[in-house]
Order: sequence, then C-alpha cells, then structure tokens
Amino acid sequence: MATITRPEIVDDVLSDERLEEIWKDPPGFIGFLKTVDHKRIGIRYIYTAFVFFFASGLLALVMRLQLAGPNMGVLSPEAYNEFFTMHGTSMIFLFNTPVLAGFGNYLLPMQIGTRDMAFPRLNAFSYWVFVFAGIFLYASFLVGSPPNGGWFAYTPLTDRVYSAGQNLDFWGLAVVFIGISTTVGAVNFLVTTIKLRAPGMTLNRLPVFVWSMLVFSFMVVFSVPVVTTAAGLLELDRLFGTQFFVPALGGSTLLYQHLFWFWGHPEVYILFVPAQGMVSMIVPVFSRRALAGYVWVVASLVAIGFISFGVWVHHMFATGIPPLAISFFSAVGLVIAIPSGIQFFAWIATMWKGVVELTTPMLFALGFMLIFLLGGITGVMVSVLPFDWQVTDSYFVVAHFHYVLNGAVVFPIFGAVYYWMPKMIGRMLSERLGKASFWTMFVGFNLAFFPMHILGFLGMPRRVYTYQSGLGWDALNLLATIGAFVFAFGVLLSLVNFVWARWRGAPAPPNPWQADTLEWMTASPTPEYNFAQIPVVESRHPLWDQDPMPVSESGGDPETRALGREGAARKETPLTSGMRAEPAGAMTVPEPTYLPFVLALGIAVLVAGLLVQAVLIGVLGLVLGAVGLVRWTWRTAETP
Amino acid sequence: MSTALDPVGTVPRTISVAAPPPARHEGYGRGFWGVAILIATEGMLFLALVATYFFLRAASTSWPLGGIEPPEIGVRAWVFTALLLGSSVPIFWADAAVKQGDYRVVRVALTISSLMGAAFLVNTVLDFRDLTFGWDTNAYGSIYYVIVGLHATHVGAGLVISAVVQIKLWMGLIDAEHHTAVEVFSLYWHFVDAVWIVVFASVFISPHLR
Repeated sequence: MATITRPEIVDDVLSDERLEEIWKDPPGFIGFLKTVDHKRIGIRYIYTAFVFFFASGLLALVMRLQLAGPNMGVLSPEAYNEFFTMHGTSMIFLFNTPVLAGFGNYLLPMQIGTRDMAFPRLNAFSYWVFVFAGIFLYASFLVGSPPNGGWFAYTPLTDRVYSAGQNLDFWGLAVVFIGISTTVGAVNFLVTTIKLRAPGMTLNRLPVFVWSMLVFSFMVVFSVPVVTTAAGLLELDRLFGTQFFVPALGGSTLLYQHLFWFWGHPEVYILFVPAQGMVSMIVPVFSRRALAGYVWVVASLVAIGFISFGVWVHHMFATGIPPLAISFFSAVGLVIAIPSGIQFFAWIATMWKGVVELTTPMLFALGFMLIFLLGGITGVMVSVLPFDWQVTDSYFVVAHFHYVLNGAVVFPIFGAVYYWMPKMIGRMLSERLGKASFWTMFVGFNLAFFPMHILGFLGMPRRVYTYQSGLGWDALNLLATIGAFVFAFGVLLSLVNFVWARWRGAPAPPNPWQADTLEWMTASPTPEYNFAQIPVVESRHPLWDQDPMPVSESGGDPETRALGREGAARKETPLTSGMRAEPAGAMTVPEPTYLPFVLALGIAVLVAGLLVQAVLIGVLGLVLGAVGLVRWTWRTAETP
Repeated sequence: MSTALDPVGTVPRTISVAAPPPARHEGYGRGFWGVAILIATEGMLFLALVATYFFLRAASTSWPLGGIEPPEIGVRAWVFTALLLGSSVPIFWADAAVKQGDYRVVRVALTISSLMGAAFLVNTVLDFRDLTFGWDTNAYGSIYYVIVGLHATHVGAGLVISAVVQIKLWMGLIDAEHHTAVEVFSLYWHFVDAVWIVVFASVFISPHLR
C-alpha cells in the first residue's frame, strides 16, 4: 500500500522559518487574548494553576500557624472556617484538576504527533472559563464573604437558613462555572485522541499518559454533570427558594451527599489517574527500558475509571445507610486497590530490570511511590467499615487524603514539571536545586502529615480551629506545623529553580532525557507548528526503536496533503481513522480569535448576575454568550 | 502500513504515505463526536435529576408530597407527547436530504419539526400555568419544576438552533462538504425527544403506579 519515494530537497518556500511565521500568534496582548495554540494554552493553564496552588498553600500555612499550639489566636473561628473551605476548594478545583489539564493540553497533541487539539478554540475557551471561575471564587475575599461551609458544602449547614450571606453562593456558582471548563476540556481530549493521532499511532502504541488522559476525560464526562447538579440544586435552594435539601418540606440532606460524592470519589481518581500516567512515563525513561506490563498498566487505568464510580458511599459510612449497601461499597473500596497495586508492581519491575538513574523527575516519582504506598494502605483501612467508624471526621482522614491528594498527585506533578519544563521553556532546570527541593519537600511532607494519623487516633477532630492543652496533641501539632513550613520551603526552592531556569538556565536540547515519545522529537521549546512533517509511528517507543525517525511528505490529494510541509503551510493537521490510525483527511487549525474569551466573559457576567441577583446583568451575560456562540459556529472564508 | 527506506547517512528517512481509497468516509467528523460527547454529559445531568426524583420519592411517605394530585395524563398529554416524538421523523428526512444536496426538503422538514416542537412547548407553558403548586411549595414541586422546566428549556434551545440552521441554509453556508450543522442538530433533537420519554415516564406516569 505504501509508495516509497527518495528523500527530496525541501522547498525553500516552506522552510521552518516560513512555517513559524504562518503559525505565529499576533504579537503582544492581542495575541495573548486571541491565541488558540495548545502549547501556549497548556503552559498558561499550568502557570495559572500554580498561582492558585501558592494562594491555597498560603491559606494552609496560616491554618498550621493557628494549630501550632493550643489556644492560639492567629485566626478567628470564622476565618478558620473560611480558610479551610477555600484551601480545599481551590486545591481541588483550581489547582489539581487544571494543572493536569494543562499538562494534557501541552503534551497530548505532541505525544500523538499532531499540530493542535481537535477543537483549538474550545481549548482557549476552557482556559478562560477556568481563569474567570478562579477569579470569581477568590473575589469572595475582596467582598469579605469567602465560602465557609467546608469544601463539600454539606446541607443543611449550607442552606440559606444556616448560611445566610453570599459566602456559599460564591462556592456553588464557582463549582457550576468551573465544571463547564473541565467538561469541554474532556470533550477536547477525547476527540483529539480519537481523530488526530499520527499515522501508525494505533491504540496499543499510545503513550500511557495519553491513555490516562483518556480515562480522565471519560470520568469527567460521566461525573462532573452530577456535581453540577448538586451545586446547581443547592444554589436553586439558596437563590430561588426550592426545597431540595430542606427536610421539613420533603427534601433530603442525604441526597446532597449522594450527588456530591457520586462525583467526589471519581474525582479523586480523575486527579490520580493522570498522575499515575505521568509516573508511567518518567519511570521507564530513567530506568532505561520499556515499561513492564504496558497492557496491564493500561488495563488498570481503565479498570480504575470504571470501579471509581462504585465507591462513593464510603464517604457516607457514618450516615446510617442500610448495612447491605455499606457492605457492597466497602467491598468495591477494597477491590479498587487491585489495579493500583498492579501498576505499582509494574513500576517496581521496570526499575528492577532496568538501570535506574536518580534524576530529579525520577526522585519525585520514587517519592510518590513511597507516599502513595502509605496513602493507599490507609485508603484500604478506611474502606473497612468498623475502622472507618472509629476515624471518620478525625485527623486520620485528613492525613489519608493529604497522602493521596498532596503526596500522590502533587509529587508526580512536580516530577512532571522537572521532566517536561525543558521542552516547554527550552531551558534546563538545575538538578542540584531540584534534588534539594525534592528532599526538603519529601521530609517536610512526612513531618507535616504523618503525625496527623496519630492525632486522629488520639481523637483530634478535623476542622477544629483550636484545642486545649493537656490532650496530648500539642507536640504532634507543632511537628506538623514545622513540617508544613519545611514542605513550603521545598516548594519555594522549586519556584526559585524555575524562575532562574526560565531566564538563565542552560538551553535544553531536543531530547535531554533520551526519552522514547514523540514530544522529544521537536526542538526545545517546541516550534509553533509542532511537526513540520508528521511522524510515521511504527513502534510503541518511536524514538528508541525508529532511528532515524521517519516523517511523512505531503501526498498529492487532500486526504494526505496535511501530513507534510504543504499541509503545515496551510495550517492543516491530519485526521486519521479511529482504530488503526490511517490517513483520512485533514482539519484546518483556526486562526487566533477573540470568540473564546468573549463567550467565557459572557458566562462570567451571567454568573455574577446570579450572585447579586440582578436580572439585567444575567440577561446581558446570556446575550453576550449566545452571540459569541452563534458567531463561533459561523463558517467564514478563512475557516473552511 | 508504510515501509521505511534504508537510512541515508544521517538524513532522516522520508516516507510518503499511500492515499487511502478515495470514497472512504470515516464515519462522522470531529464536530459530530464533540457534540455527541457533550450530549452524553447532558444525559448525565438528566440522569442525576431523575435519580433525585426517585430518591425524594423513596424518602417520603406519600407521593406527590403534601396532597398534590399526580399530574394528569389524559388525551392532551398523550397527543403532545406524540407530537414531540413525531417531530423527530422530519429530522430523519432532513438528515437524508442534506446528504443528497436536496436543501428544499431540508428546509421544509426543519420547519415542520419546529412547528411540532413549538406546539409542545406552548402546551408545556400552559401546563405550568395551570399547576396548583410552585417550585417552593415542597421538594416535589421543586423537582417537578426543575425536570420539566429543564427539558422545556432544551426544547426551546432546539427551536433556536433549528432557526440558526435555517438561516445558514438560506445563506448558502451548508453544502455537500459542510453539513455538520444539520447532523449535529438532528442528534440534539433526537436526544431531547428521547429525554422526554424518560421524563414523561418518571414524572407523569410513575406517580400513578404504586
């Protein structure tokens, strides 16, 4: 089927410089607003998410100061409630999920060998929605009423009788708002992976990180609408007087918990699966061999995606649910440990059979494994009903979910920063500073969170703003506070490392780690067009097995023209068939446009209108959004 | 699928990939898949609301709550249900006609379908006017208004999208190679009709079964 041609001298007209010019955004602030480039959006996602990481991290440090000793007066009880609510909410919604989406945005098109996402403008839209939702949530501090009902905002505490004021409205509306961003992002990842893979990138050659983003996206599609329902009904109760969660009029507070955790538990895995995917990319590269048990690892990720929808009730063991239901959810909670265990052994086997190189990304991956081992074990413990009843709502639970969400998600993210940032900014980060940062973070993390297990056993409940001395909690709390600051110092070292590398770092070669996947084929930083000629994939580890790497020329007909430079010059990227990834046409990457910004702004105005209950503002936002949306779907001369 | 040349020094091998058979159409395009997945999220939204309906019902001793009469399902309800479900039929014609480039049929079919949808919407609005309870009366009133109201909103949005498609047809923006708008709308409209089957069965019929 293939026709073989001799290498040809590249036409001067379609030189790399010419392509760079064709793909470049307009300069300055205009380009900033109009860009639809997945790389720019991905990096911006990561930076913005880290801003929220630092903000909510600072909230945590202040809380640790308050808890450093008994009867401290750093925070009032009211402020303490606001701080832990905002810390949890923004870490989950504004850091963890978006930072993973950011890495997905940058890396997924590169790893499957294409020039952009399937819907570049939608991609820009999901970024702007994320930013506006984040600003909206943090604006609550400016008007002096940040959310204060805990990050899961249980009713009846959060209904309008017990929580008057706008605090919880900021929370509910922000959750609905950011759900839009996460959802359309997931749609984009799915369609990109289905339609845009480079020729030969069949499903069994997909990098594990791409698989993990696929699973991430499926879980988002089926779970986020349910938390939107939970927060949406809560807001209807609060703003318009419906009675969903008001027991006196037939409503049910337990209903809220079901709706929230139907998303809430898959969400843990929505965050955790891409983190595992990152680790499965980093470990083989620094063990200098292919990942052991690729098929098993991928099957485990997919299995987690399904099973995670059957565990939500284990957050509600203490609510008086019938024993039969509890037994079922307890059993599923134990079962989900199996696919995670399989991956764990795959990583161990990879290192065992390989030659391990202890670079900073690898250290973070190893640190992740140790922390995840502990977080996983405590996870199995709390899925056992009698144990859960003893520790529920205690610091043991706080320790458990920080081992999972901070340790087992944030450590891989830092590993990913050290691993992929050279590709993104074209500069190497300092290994020495990186290792210092890792060890500081690792020690600080365990100092901060391990004592919390014991505090839980000693009976310290979560969410208390202070405690009396003489309960045996003083020393452990002080230790945790010290650990938190050590951890923060480690994070600061990485920030310094990044800032230094960004301006002064050594230039990064195309493939500094001798890695195997396609993103390392291009120059660092990646050219605007990603690949002048789309690679032809014949292996699961193209850059290891295919040396030199074959790339395509433009074919003579529209079906294959996009593959080579001619397609790149037309801003096209090839479409391929769903299973076997054979060429099947092209899509044109749209020009930079204001539309995503305008549509996101319309929704932001609508949400603000709902908050202040001003019909006029709401209608204005609706009209702005509708006009933007219709204009979006309009085919014009330049978007065929 | 493609065979590599022998390496020529350090110059990367260049390969041209064979063109696939010309008539090959790989099912649906990106736009269709994107909207299909968005519709799946809408489906989850309705699923969550229907689950909420039955959860509230299971948690209460009488249903509907507070002595409210179950919704009437007389001839009128069945007629308008048939009208909405029937409005999917012209959409099938439109779907087939747009692929053959018969845009007159597409326009007529969309118009018929919209009229049927609009009739359904008017009936729903009249129904709401006749209700003896509000969304704030009790949890039953709340879930009734939200489910039926959200579905009606979807019907209304469908009418607007249909009008936009009509305008595009009229302006000549839809042709043999660009008919995703029609495909996507038809998918959406079938979805809205299918949701009505679930809503009708749970909110209108189920209270009569006990």
